Amino acid sequence: MTEGWLALIQQAFRLLFTLDPEVWSIISVSFSVSFAALLITLIPSLVLGFTLAFSRFRGHWIVINLVQTLQSIPTVVIGLLVYLLLTRNGTLGDLRWLFTQKGMILGQMMICAPVLIAMSHAAFTSVDKRAWETCRTLGASWLGAVWIICRELRVPLLMAIIAAFSRIVTEVGCSMMVGGNIDHVTRNIPTAIALETSKGDFAQAIALGLVLLILALILNFMLGILRGAAQPRSH
Amino acid sequence: MLKLKQLMGFVAAAGMLLNVTAYAQDTKVIKLATTTSTENSGLLGYLLPKFEADTGYQVQVIATGTGKALKLGTQGDVDLVMTHAPKAEAKFVEDGFGVEPRGIMENDFVVLGPKNDPAKILASKTAEEAFTKIAKSGIPFISRGDDSGTNKKEILIWKAANVTPDFAGYKSIGQGMGKTLLMANEMQAYTLSDRGTYIAYKGKLDLQVDFDGGKTLANPYQVILINPKKYPDLNHKGARAFSDWLISDKGQQLINSFEVQGQQLFKATYHK
Repeated sequence: MTEGWLALIQQAFRLLFTLDPEVWSIISVSFSVSFAALLITLIPSLVLGFTLAFSRFRGHWIVINLVQTLQSIPTVVIGLLVYLLLTRNGTLGDLRWLFTQKGMILGQMMICAPVLIAMSHAAFTSVDKRAWETCRTLGASWLGAVWIICRELRVPLLMAIIAAFSRIVTEVGCSMMVGGNIDHVTRNIPTAIALETSKGDFAQAIALGLVLLILALILNFMLGILRGAAQPRSH
Repeated sequence: MLKLKQLMGFVAAAGMLLNVTAYAQDTKVIKLATTTSTENSGLLGYLLPKFEADTGYQVQVIATGTGKALKLGTQGDVDLVMTHAPKAEAKFVEDGFGVEPRGIMENDFVVLGPKNDPAKILASKTAEEAFTKIAKSGIPFISRGDDSGTNKKEILIWKAANVTPDFAGYKSIGQGMGKTLLMANEMQAYTLSDRGTYIAYKGKLDLQVDFDGGKTLANPYQVILINPKKYPDLNHKGARAFSDWLISDKGQQLINSFEVQGQQLFKATYHK
């Protein structure tokens, strides 16, 4: 190596703290796409998780297993699926969403939905069925009862949201295939790191890696605090 | 049982050790950093077995963009480079990392675009004129944006045309030639491609050559040795043998005779 590691890391920090426009454009693409995907998916996924926990129907068990399996599907496979849907000759080709942020959001929605559904389902299952009936008999509306239960479950539900978000904000396979890594448009943190590494320019890759690392730390600390806050309530 | 395990462990360790020393002393292996175009087009697959049969060397190819290939050379990770970016190569030699650059062959770049040529570049006289028309037309242009030889060439043309490539349709994607062609096809956009990759992908593309020819679009390849003074422990003998073989009559003839889908891809240029 002609550049030492120390020099590279220094350069990376400089890129971050001098608000290098290139680096911050990549970070903002990453966050806006992932937040959009998460926000759109959130409510429907929680509703599905809730429905799965509080109802019984034919094939119930199969649906739950399917959702749990989808959680662990490689993101490139979802990328492939979305690519085939969005390509010019694909079913949704007329939307012209391939290589746009909309396409990336669609892909990331498909990646985070199973996580949200499976984890919220697990959370809702842990609630005593009688809690629901008690809420209802005490005069809470259907929606009100849901709200009360969600508030009780805020820690596991937030854990589900954080898990889903960290899965999509770090995935590279689907973003690369569907987004196409277009500078200032669909280039997000993971695809930029892949590109910089393939060019042999490591400073920017390290800077962006640091952002993900810091994000992971913040999310984990938040979870830790939430768990700690939840502890006394259970006694 | 334990003894057998120990014995096996010892044998494995000894084997690995032997393997490592054998590898370190192996002067029969040449590491070549080159661009994706020479690898993807099949040229190296065609030339290397013949070189290896002639000399007994074994060439290990690291195919990447020109930028990274030269970087690998700068870091002493490879024994020689074969690239196509005259300016970057000149700097590589100037900085004392490369020695004895030899122009071995050339092919050319083509400007690809939709079959109805919406920016009307077919009638252009120069590549610069074609690029200017694309920038004004509002039709997207896909740039590889990965510091490859093709990317460097494209930037030179924008500069020569006095156009800053930041217009609305300009998309820099940081990916290899093949992916760039597929993306241009999806978006029915213009792009700059080397002719070799274009021919290889032609069947999959609804694009055509909308502009070619002229000195600007020539694409010369050089083979450059790594300076033995910088990195004495590289396989300089093998690297030199490969460079010599490429410029020999036989090597040059073989380059000329390499065809893809009935078309000659590279023109040998050493004698010029």
